[in-house]
Amino acid sequence: MTDSSHSRRVHLEGARKEALATSRSRLVVTSVLFAVAFAVISGRLVELAVFEDPQARATATASRTVVQSKSRADILDRNGILLATSVPTASVYANPRHLLDARDAARRIVTVFPEVNEERLFRRLNSERTFVWIRRNITPNQQFAINALGLPGIYFRRTERRVYPHGSLTSHVVGTTDIDAKGLTGIERSFDGPLQESEQALALSLDVRVQSVVRRALNTAIEKFSAVGGAGIVVDVTNGEVLALVSLPDFEPHFGGDVTAEARFNRVTKGVYEMGSTFKLFTTAMALDTRTIGLNGGFDATKPLRVARFVINDYHAKKRWLSVPEILVHSSNIGAAKMGVAVGTKTQQAYLHALGLTRKARLELPEIGVPLIPSPWRKISTMTISYGHGIAVSPLQMANGVAALVNGGILRDATLALSAPGAVPAGVQVIKTGTSIKMRRLMRLVVRRGTGKNAEVEGYLVGGKTGTADKPGPGGYAASRRVISSFVGAFPIDRPRYVVLAMLDEPKGTAETFGYATGGWVAAPVVREIVAALGPMMGMAPSTETERLPRPGDPLHIAAGKPSQTAGNQRVRGQSVRGPSRATH
Amino acid sequence: MTALPRTDISIFGRWWWTVDRWTLSALVAVSAIGIVLTMAASPAVAARLDLDAFHFIRRQFLFIPLSFAILIGVSLLNPAGVRRLAVLGFIISVIGLGLTLFIGQEIRGAARWISLPGFSLQPSEFVKPCFAVVAAWMFSQWRIKGDIPGHAVATALYALVAGLLLLQPDVGMTILISVVWGVQFFLAGLPMLLVLGIGILFIAGGIGAYFNFAHVQTRVDRFFDPAGGEAYQVARSLEAVVAGGIFGRGPGEGEVKSILPDAHADFIFAVAAEEFGLITGLLIVALFAFIVLRGFALVMRDTDLFVQLAVAGLLVQFGLQALINMASTINLMPTKGMTLPFISYGGSSMAAMALGMGMVLALTRERPRANDLSRFTGRGAP
Repeated sequence: MTDSSHSRRVHLEGARKEALATSRSRLVVTSVLFAVAFAVISGRLVELAVFEDPQARATATASRTVVQSKSRADILDRNGILLATSVPTASVYANPRHLLDARDAARRIVTVFPEVNEERLFRRLNSERTFVWIRRNITPNQQFAINALGLPGIYFRRTERRVYPHGSLTSHVVGTTDIDAKGLTGIERSFDGPLQESEQALALSLDVRVQSVVRRALNTAIEKFSAVGGAGIVVDVTNGEVLALVSLPDFEPHFGGDVTAEARFNRVTKGVYEMGSTFKLFTTAMALDTRTIGLNGGFDATKPLRVARFVINDYHAKKRWLSVPEILVHSSNIGAAKMGVAVGTKTQQAYLHALGLTRKARLELPEIGVPLIPSPWRKISTMTISYGHGIAVSPLQMANGVAALVNGGILRDATLALSAPGAVPAGVQVIKTGTSIKMRRLMRLVVRRGTGKNAEVEGYLVGGKTGTADKPGPGGYAASRRVISSFVGAFPIDRPRYVVLAMLDEPKGTAETFGYATGGWVAAPVVREIVAALGPMMGMAPSTETERLPRPGDPLHIAAGKPSQTAGNQRVRGQSVRGPSRATH
Repeated sequence: MTALPRTDISIFGRWWWTVDRWTLSALVAVSAIGIVLTMAASPAVAARLDLDAFHFIRRQFLFIPLSFAILIGVSLLNPAGVRRLAVLGFIISVIGLGLTLFIGQEIRGAARWISLPGFSLQPSEFVKPCFAVVAAWMFSQWRIKGDIPGHAVATALYALVAGLLLLQPDVGMTILISVVWGVQFFLAGLPMLLVLGIGILFIAGGIGAYFNFAHVQTRVDRFFDPAGGEAYQVARSLEAVVAGGIFGRGPGEGEVKSILPDAHADFIFAVAAEEFGLITGLLIVALFAFIVLRGFALVMRDTDLFVQLAVAGLLVQFGLQALINMASTINLMPTKGMTLPFISYGGSSMAAMALGMGMVLALTRERPRANDLSRFTGRGAP
């Protein structure tokens, strides 16, 4: 062996020993770490198995399983009246793989469910699937009968069925669920999570009594005036709570799929309409609020207003200078348009935005319509919008905006959730309190002296505004001869509590109304009926004071001794704007 | 058992007297527990999958003899044989890993399996023991014969395997491989400064996994924020352990197996604790601890660095997998899809574990101290 190889061996030997020494000591460290880890596992096991209370864990599990198998929470109205509840039912299904004879099974099952097609059932049972629904939500008798058949492979599953004790009365608000009890529309959809998870019933701001009054009044009017539909809403102006929300036609929520799209459509929240003259309230409010004009001021409505190719006209033209109160009372388009121009486009946009009319309304329903606003917003748009054309909003937005006009100028989002007693949600001051007080007086005047006379209720001071707007159709506005007639009222107007809006879609005049289908003739009486019932219902004492008419010298004094001869005779159709500027739809 | 006389010099006779019978017995005990637990847990799982109640049991009864054949077959090898087997196995399983990327069967978002006629193979299971041995070989070469850059080779191989595993993606296996590599490097004499550095690297890797793999993130989030949606499976398995108490609900009385989809695999420890109680739970922990610590103790005396590193690597992999599985069942760490060695249902996992533990048995067999002899001859040579 050479010297070098020897030294290399010695070197290697040294390296090996050194390496082994390091490795051994480090292996001890590793072993200790592993031993500690195993000890921790053991300790944790002892902790769990010996020191944890199985009862606590078990109850946790139990309550969790209860939540899972628990039925969907109830929905109540503001007085605790049941609007929606869940009833446990059984549903029968088959595991075709467990069936002995699909043909025989199908034949015997249809003896219990005569409505089931035997051939189709057989085809489904004669498959390789492991789960086939036979019938959902069966009665106890049917379940007994199926059990008595003694068929292997036929099983039951605990299911639940959603029941709406008030049926169609609250169909658009409460909404519907699908067959698996998942929210599809309305509150059922927007509160789907809480309803599934929470055991606590969900209380709405809705009052079924008011709802019922509104629906009945609206239904009567629809039948009387052969309207295609209607919308009604009652909002508490002090906190934004919706007491009634009715869209007609409505539907029977238990019928599931057999409902027309027309009936499902929520006209109050999803539908957007050119509301017509009710918009003059907003125009007047912004003119007063910006001090563009005072109550003493006015505009010349002697001749039709010509703008480019368009002509703005009044139906019963006074052909004279009209004061601001007169413009509202006589519902003058010319006056409103001039007022709008005086306010200016920018200011108009700002106010309408502040009043929530140019954005989607916020309400706890999935069916919310987007308002249609002109783009570009020209001068002619400003003019037509001043009397409610060229902008389409939902009745909900309208009612909510008017609530802000009369409640001291504070806009609050409308809500269907019942707020805690005394709790008033914060709002946004959109007009001055003084302007709001002036608006109350003006709205009262419209009912006393103007187009809204049919909304007068003995004992309750109602203020409001009528609106009649042409509905665009094939061939334009004029050709369709169809109108949207509405009335938006607030009462008691000296200290407003509720805003009530009624709207009829395509009403036709009758002999009784001298052929008129205007807001004053068809919608104002609906509001009257609602207020007459709502006042006593809410415990409001009728006022016995005699109300004095504004005297001469008061800006609210209406010069022409006689009030508007026919309530609601200010038809907008044909007198407003013709031509492309209306094509905002 | 002791029918074999010590003078028997047949292959099996020699094996019996040289193999570590304690470790072997512990492995048999673990597998026996595994059989009982598979019978307890898997019918409920099979029923939910609409399979025959004995589906998993029948298959497991096929896997176990097969695995023991592998275990004993491999343990007959000498260290050089183990090394050759590992190199071969490593090459094949790395190719397999590569193939999963292209022809892998995707199950629950990860392509980890290769379909073969009659069964599926998970190459990542087999790469673990083979890598541990190959890396041990490389590290020992580097340490003893300074002229071979074995540590670099081992690290490169580690990077290759880890990269392939992350592509599947299989974060759990990557963690295992990383720890095996780290521990072996540590044992092989990594300077302490670098030990710190690699420690930091591991933490960085963990954080990287958290931000790069959505499923890792949700699991970790759920672990640290139980209120924000405590992982359903872990919540159930915790309840099972608590419900089991000291003596358990009794065989077949458990409920967790009918709730958890992985009751026969990743969550079998919960079934054990629920039906057979704390006593069985502790017994399982003790058996795993015994196997790992006894293995460490055995190689502590060994004079062959390769054997020491290889056994340490294999046992770290085995022990860590058991620890991770049990720890996630009792919510000591985020859930990590990992089987409990020799107990969970699964062919690939059991065969690969048998391969690894067979190597451990082979390397810890008593053998003539070749090195000692050479030392003696070396001393007498000049």
